[in-house]
Amino acid sequence: MAVRRLAPDAVQPKSFAFTPQTEAWLVEQVRKYPVGRQASAVIPLLWRVQKDCGNWLPQKAIEAVAERLAMPYIRVFEVATFYTMFNLEPVGKFYIQMCGTTPCQLRGSDAVKKVLERRIGAPQHVTDDGLFSWLEVECLGACCNAPMVQINDDYYEDLTEENFDKLLDDLAAGREVRTGSQQGRTSSEPTDNVQTLQDPGLYDGSRVGAWKKRFEEEAIRKAAEEKAKEDEAKAEAASAAKEAAVEPKPGKPDSGRATESPVADAPAQRAAAGERPVDPGARVTASEEGSRKTVDAQAVAEEEEVASRLATLPKDASAEDKANAVGERPAGLDAPRGGTADDLKKILGIGPANEKKLNGLGIWHFDQIAAWERPQIRWVGTYLAFPGRIDRENWVEQARALADGNTPS
Amino acid sequence: MLQDKDRIFTNLYGFHSPGLEAARKRGAWDETKFLVDQGREWIIDEMKKSNLRGRGGAGFPTGLKWSFMPKQSDGRPHYLVVNADESEPGTCKDREIMRHDPHLLIEGCLLACVAMGAHAAYIYIRGEYIAEREALQRAIDEAYEANLIGKDNVHGWPFDCYLAHGAGAYICGEETALLESLEGKKGMPRLKPPFPANMGLWGCPTTVNNVESIAVAGTILRRGGAWFAGLGRPNNHGTKLFCVSGHVDKPCNVEEEMGIPFRELIDKHCGGIRGGWDNLKCVIPGGSSVPLVPGAEIADAPMDFDTLRGLGSGLGTAAVIVMDQSTDIIRAIARISYFYKHESCGQCTPCREGTGWMWRVVSRMAEGRAQKREIDMLLEVTKQVEGHTICALGDAAAWPIQGLIRHYRHEIEQRIDEYAANPHGDPVRVAAE
Repeated sequence: MAVRRLAPDAVQPKSFAFTPQTEAWLVEQVRKYPVGRQASAVIPLLWRVQKDCGNWLPQKAIEAVAERLAMPYIRVFEVATFYTMFNLEPVGKFYIQMCGTTPCQLRGSDAVKKVLERRIGAPQHVTDDGLFSWLEVECLGACCNAPMVQINDDYYEDLTEENFDKLLDDLAAGREVRTGSQQGRTSSEPTDNVQTLQDPGLYDGSRVGAWKKRFEEEAIRKAAEEKAKEDEAKAEAASAAKEAAVEPKPGKPDSGRATESPVADAPAQRAAAGERPVDPGARVTASEEGSRKTVDAQAVAEEEEVASRLATLPKDASAEDKANAVGERPAGLDAPRGGTADDLKKILGIGPANEKKLNGLGIWHFDQIAAWERPQIRWVGTYLAFPGRIDRENWVEQARALADGNTPS
Repeated sequence: MLQDKDRIFTNLYGFHSPGLEAARKRGAWDETKFLVDQGREWIIDEMKKSNLRGRGGAGFPTGLKWSFMPKQSDGRPHYLVVNADESEPGTCKDREIMRHDPHLLIEGCLLACVAMGAHAAYIYIRGEYIAEREALQRAIDEAYEANLIGKDNVHGWPFDCYLAHGAGAYICGEETALLESLEGKKGMPRLKPPFPANMGLWGCPTTVNNVESIAVAGTILRRGGAWFAGLGRPNNHGTKLFCVSGHVDKPCNVEEEMGIPFRELIDKHCGGIRGGWDNLKCVIPGGSSVPLVPGAEIADAPMDFDTLRGLGSGLGTAAVIVMDQSTDIIRAIARISYFYKHESCGQCTPCREGTGWMWRVVSRMAEGRAQKREIDMLLEVTKQVEGHTICALGDAAAWPIQGLIRHYRHEIEQRIDEYAANPHGDPVRVAAE
């Protein structure tokens, strides 16, 4: 982080206006982004405006950018102060950014810095003739050509004290200079030692289309494979047809379908093994099977009705209101008979929390639960926010058994 | 050494024209429609087969990354964002791709977009690369003109390629900070999740890839994932651009096979270590964010992700910074510390305060103006910064210092002794100033 502030008022121009070229250019830029995302163009626009303003950003220009992109001022000020390429104060005609990060430092950026200090002075100081100012910046990404500087838009690489001194002389005198390497390299190749990319075959066009061979070969191989597969499938189908004729199979194909593996532990198996179900009294006989089905249908209908009635209530209705809407509150006792309550937790499905709630309703004994009818079951189920659970866990049957002095198995 | 015919970046040094005609002759845009027609699944599958690991530093498998994009669009557009914000000290490879082989990148963008169901790619280039930006824009214009890209192009996949740029913030190389910057905000990294593949650019599914990862895609798809996977070493396949800087005779960029031994890389292409191999002190093998490795340990090590991790460092961006015996290693690391202090976005306290703190202490140590107990204190602070920030910049600031203390503690102590042995006016100050 670096603290970056706008230039003092004394140097700030009083007004700013976009040039017509910038206006036209901006239309193109905004078109790159989806409708309503014109803020994305803020960095390119600030950059362009900086160019128009002599390589720095006056406050008025920043404000104009904010207005043009329909952004709050502060968002644009944030951007202008966050990104270090925005110069918030005037700079020299040749603004030199010297890379001083370790790769350049290792190759001698100290010498470059000395030249700048000798010729120009302190960082960000503009020479009296207005030609030069400089700043040490962080890695500019030309590390194979270190040390280097960026002067306005251009990179000058492979510097030494001598050639950099000469470069600045040439710039000051308005002479033509060479951008890029100052030691004659084309770019970042090893000087006089290029061992790679010598094969003329790379450049004579012989690579064009050569790669298709792989796909053609593959296509031939695939075609052959497919044919073989087809033949095999044909042969298989023929033999299968033969087999089918001998041994007819059920119409349903079984290949490719999930098959149910036998479950190790299921109620049906336990019953078959002679184990007694939870409540022997409730054992289903063949004749009862039919009524059980109607009961199931009734349960579904009841659940639907409960749900539809609950849906009419406001969302923030209390548990009691909801319960009243679907059922009838079971009668409660003020205190347990004889001072001692039954341990309702013995009913599978009732834990300490539910026991407490039930006690709160005045339910203390098994026989109270055993006496519940449908309206009470619906009421309590909704009140406890466990619709259907009382039925699923068969609280009423369990309570009946417990009231009779049995323990549910 | 890698053979020329297996090199992907055939105009790395700009000896040939970067224009469309020349690029076509070198094999770019060669029946790209055939590759597009193979379909999304095939492209992702080939990329997975190639075992290409992202070239931006973290080494995340590229094919896998592409497959994270939603298979079905929920109405939001998908975006590819190319991270061309190359700012890691020591790294200068993407620059060469963009100015000399830009068509490889643009073609890669098209293929990647097909693979992730995107119809637009944004290339975010760092602000300082002005000439590179112009070169890349020229190439994009050429491609539009030839109807290779655009709404109704010859490949039958509507695709727009846009160039955006930053303005000098290293942190915008972090993918979510880059997205913030692309949205016109300060480059402050976002918390993840949600990951960009679900909520990226403007809240839409987005994948952010490094320039090199995208630019190699066309060649990989043409020659096959198996070809790319056949190069290099297990889990570290293919070719890689190495940026060798620092104290070698001839610093350069070069495309080499992954896992090339360090000695071969330096001797073959860089003219050896300045002053001979005995003069080698240490190497930062993957850009400034990774810890340094002493010369003796790295001299014969293969340059790949896994080996370098084993040496307590990393391949990162393969930016090899070589330092010889004349290097003031404490000062070199202090300069890197200053870099992170300067580039911290200021969002997370451990990084904003810690980077400045670490820089001040290491700078004093470079002078010797410190106390020996401060070395452990500094190490402790690096551990407190590491892993306690939203993005990896905190880690990146901590690791170089950890590497310094791990390998060159004796030099710091020696410098403190030398300073203490000479009479001087100001007292040794405590850690925080």
